Amino acid sequence: MEDSTTLKQEKENQELEEAGQPWEEMVTASSQDPESGLSEPPEVEQGPEAGPQTRSSPPGIPQSGASTPVDDLTGPGASTPPSPPQEPSSSPSPLALARQDFMAPWQSNKTTSVISEAGTPPSDHLEQPSDKGESTSHQTCQSEGNTFQLSQQTKCHLYGPRDVSYNNSKEKELRFDISQEKDSNSNYDLDQPESGASEMAPNMLEIAIQNAKAYLLKASSKSGLNLYDHLSEMLTKVLDMRPENPVDIIENISQDVKMAHFSKKLDTLQNENEMLPTYETAEKQKALFLQGNLEGTDQELEDEITEHALPNVMESAFYFEQAGVGLGTDETYRIFLALKQLTDTHPIQKCRFWGKILGLEMNYIVAEVEFREGEDEEEVEEEDVPEERDNGGSEADEADEDELPRSFYKAPQAIPKEESRTGANKYVYFVCNEPGRTWVKLPAVTPAQIVIARKIKKFFTGRLDTPIVSYPPFPGNESNYLRAQIARISAGTHVSPLGFYHFGEEEGEEEEEIEGGRDSFEENPDFEGIQVTDLVESLSNWVHHVQHILPQGRCNWFNPIQKSEEEEEEEEEEDEEKEDEKGEEPDYAEQEVGPPLLTPISEDLEIQNTPPWTTRLSSNLIPQYAIAVLRSNLWPGAYAFSNGKKFENFYIGWGHKYSPDSYTPPVPPPAYQEYPSGPEITEMDDPSVEEEQAFRAAQEATVNPTEENEETEEDEDEEDDYD
Amino acid sequence: MDAESLLLSLELASGSGQGLSPDRRATLLTSLTLVKRDYRFDRVLFWGRILGLVADYYIAQGLSEDQLAPRKTLYSLNCMEWSLLPPATEEMATQTSVVKGRFMGDPSHEYEHTEVQKVNEGEKVFEEEVVVQIKEETRLVSVIDQIDKAVAIVPRGALFKTPFGSINVNRTFEGLSLSEAKKLSSYFHFKEPVELKNKTLLEKADMDPSLDFMDSLEHDIPKGSWSIQMERGNALVVLRSLLWPGLTFYHAPRTKNYGYIYVGTGEKNTDLPFML
Repeated sequence: MEDSTTLKQEKENQELEEAGQPWEEMVTASSQDPESGLSEPPEVEQGPEAGPQTRSSPPGIPQSGASTPVDDLTGPGASTPPSPPQEPSSSPSPLALARQDFMAPWQSNKTTSVISEAGTPPSDHLEQPSDKGESTSHQTCQSEGNTFQLSQQTKCHLYGPRDVSYNNSKEKELRFDISQEKDSNSNYDLDQPESGASEMAPNMLEIAIQNAKAYLLKASSKSGLNLYDHLSEMLTKVLDMRPENPVDIIENISQDVKMAHFSKKLDTLQNENEMLPTYETAEKQKALFLQGNLEGTDQELEDEITEHALPNVMESAFYFEQAGVGLGTDETYRIFLALKQLTDTHPIQKCRFWGKILGLEMNYIVAEVEFREGEDEEEVEEEDVPEERDNGGSEADEADEDELPRSFYKAPQAIPKEESRTGANKYVYFVCNEPGRTWVKLPAVTPAQIVIARKIKKFFTGRLDTPIVSYPPFPGNESNYLRAQIARISAGTHVSPLGFYHFGEEEGEEEEEIEGGRDSFEENPDFEGIQVTDLVESLSNWVHHVQHILPQGRCNWFNPIQKSEEEEEEEEEEDEEKEDEKGEEPDYAEQEVGPPLLTPISEDLEIQNTPPWTTRLSSNLIPQYAIAVLRSNLWPGAYAFSNGKKFENFYIGWGHKYSPDSYTPPVPPPAYQEYPSGPEITEMDDPSVEEEQAFRAAQEATVNPTEENEETEEDEDEEDDYD
Repeated sequence: MDAESLLLSLELASGSGQGLSPDRRATLLTSLTLVKRDYRFDRVLFWGRILGLVADYYIAQGLSEDQLAPRKTLYSLNCMEWSLLPPATEEMATQTSVVKGRFMGDPSHEYEHTEVQKVNEGEKVFEEEVVVQIKEETRLVSVIDQIDKAVAIVPRGALFKTPFGSINVNRTFEGLSLSEAKKLSSYFHFKEPVELKNKTLLEKADMDPSLDFMDSLEHDIPKGSWSIQMERGNALVVLRSLLWPGLTFYHAPRTKNYGYIYVGTGEKNTDLPFML
């Protein structure tokens, strides 16, 4: 108790220095009493120190504990005002030295009391403030802290006596825990005046300190340690060992501490394997690489065909790389393998890497294939839908025989799509989002889809079943739109050097043949090759080898004879040719004609001073080995190369056509005029009395003989009038 | 993309088909080193290329120590001889906003634009047609500036603000984590902040002043002007600008590799609202 009295005095001095609010102290002291007063008398005095804190936040002391230890560690670096506990050791104040004497025995009491609590591992003590729980440890902390408030500066000197009293290692450890708590609490008391002064302002500093501590306490994902523990262990070690010039060997100490630290490997119940998408993709793509090995030797014939069907993607990729376009090498190779997978699993005669269409969420890799003869797969699908609608309408017409007029409006006749293997459906297109995923076959394109697709401009999302929401309603979902764009791009940008293809002799058998131009061609076996410089200098050395798509939406003209009224109305395309014919007679629509096959691209129309094609040589430095590169300005992203003998087309981009003006939505269709006011609409005025009388007089004049009749008529009239 | 790691960057950005031919690559690697030496740049970025009808412009940018300081822009037609472009001004932007269509590929090409101007002569007001000549070089400067201001981006944490106020490259940047890489809020505009000052205190509360000193992408107008994709099975995140189609930003999560490149016609996509 001597201690306590002296402590009191000390305390009072300190309070004066710290300029605490006396009244508040009293109040809070009384509230503190039950907790701390039992342990020892000085607590009564000590309470006030914690007072403001507890008032502002009920579990105040743990909180303050949370905030302050950080201060211990960050204090020196972050230059916070309160003097960190390390400082006193270097320059102990005389007061503290004086106190040391009587602190020592007292301290031993305290530590022993704490030992009972100290069974918990160090980390518990550290985490405890954030828990805000455990009143017991809380109490000990508090009591420790309170006692140490008085002797904060002497703390370090206390190690000496304590070392004497505790020899075994376990106790050492415990002592360390205690001292840590003391550190924190004593430091908190140092902070106190400051927080009290800035009580009005939000406790920004405290929040910042808490955040910093939380950060330091974050366990490393690799070793499971955290910096907070590490630093405190290091400091303990320094203080225990008292080396000369500790600052010079701090790295080694850090390393020692880390090495001394060992952790038991904990068993978790179940090993949870991470399933990152990376692994999934890799797993899928593994199939691509394995396939070559899986193929048995018994399929030699099959191999022969597929070898023929598979294009040499890498070779053309090499040339495109010279031209400065194309995908990366590894992606190209993956696509190559994916194409191999496609040709292995489908009866494909010819396959080509068409290109890549970018989407918002995923991209499309497009393969252009031709099935072997007679092996086209199921083709009869939803093509009957519009016709059915028509039939339904006519049936309804026949069924109802009322006099009421029915709607005379008939939907413009649906133009049938072209047969597979002809026109715009000459090739079948497969798409996939990534090499390794399954290839999806795109449906055949219908003329209506092409016509509408010309009027809209939408981004692809990457999911084939996305509905296309557009102003002229698009008949279909994204797969149909994608197919329509592919058809348009192919028709516009697939070119070959002049002479590479020629019209075959035996092509007359094509049933869709029309007199204007033939629609099939074959490779010219006598193709000699064209000089690269010629290809660069003259556009007339390149020809289209894909049929032009008419404004009708088909490559071959379909004559909608019966009712073709004004279906060409909607054909103000910005496409290359302007067809200005209009079928005026209802029974006959003039045929739309486009440029025939194998037309030089020099005849392509230009759009507002923009030439449709740009050619250049791939390298100006070594022109003798350069290749000719053709770039479409109409479809940005479409490229073609030729080295004279070989050629290839490639498209990569968003799948939109270029126009110098911004997109304008199509004008709304004209409002239908109402019936003109004619004789069948207007009615006469009611017959007047004079007219009726005149009429009767006239009747009397003509029909004298039968008066009875007249009378009856009169009666009737009168009756009518009454009615 | 950084000129020093050009090859890796090109490989990473190749998913959009925007590559360089081998001879261009080799030329750039050589010439950009020389540019860096001659102009005393701290860092040289290969900015991209603008496709012209006749020839392409290759654009490079030089950065000083402070990353957000005004950048110097150079262009070249053959990748070897570089010419410095004048700094862009507001006046240029308004002047060139009337020009539409593709670039020609000839810096001295002049666009003609007829304007109707009102001329006061005494009391009469005449309407007079004035032909304005706009040089393509001016348009090039202005377009590059617009693209830079609109869609040049860096991942969060790649740059940091020093206490002295300058913006430096963050050496401890280790890439975004996977979950962050999928969010637009982890990417910043590579320019002085505009929106940041308008934020409320609440929004600013969570920000780290040394990292969050630029505008993030998430509030770009119109919403949905970015397409964000994971490629190569999450090993690469690719952002494509829809407002300026042709700009590709790539970043390999958990690595320091990031950058952007513009390959396109230099025209803004004004149809974006129709296309989404």
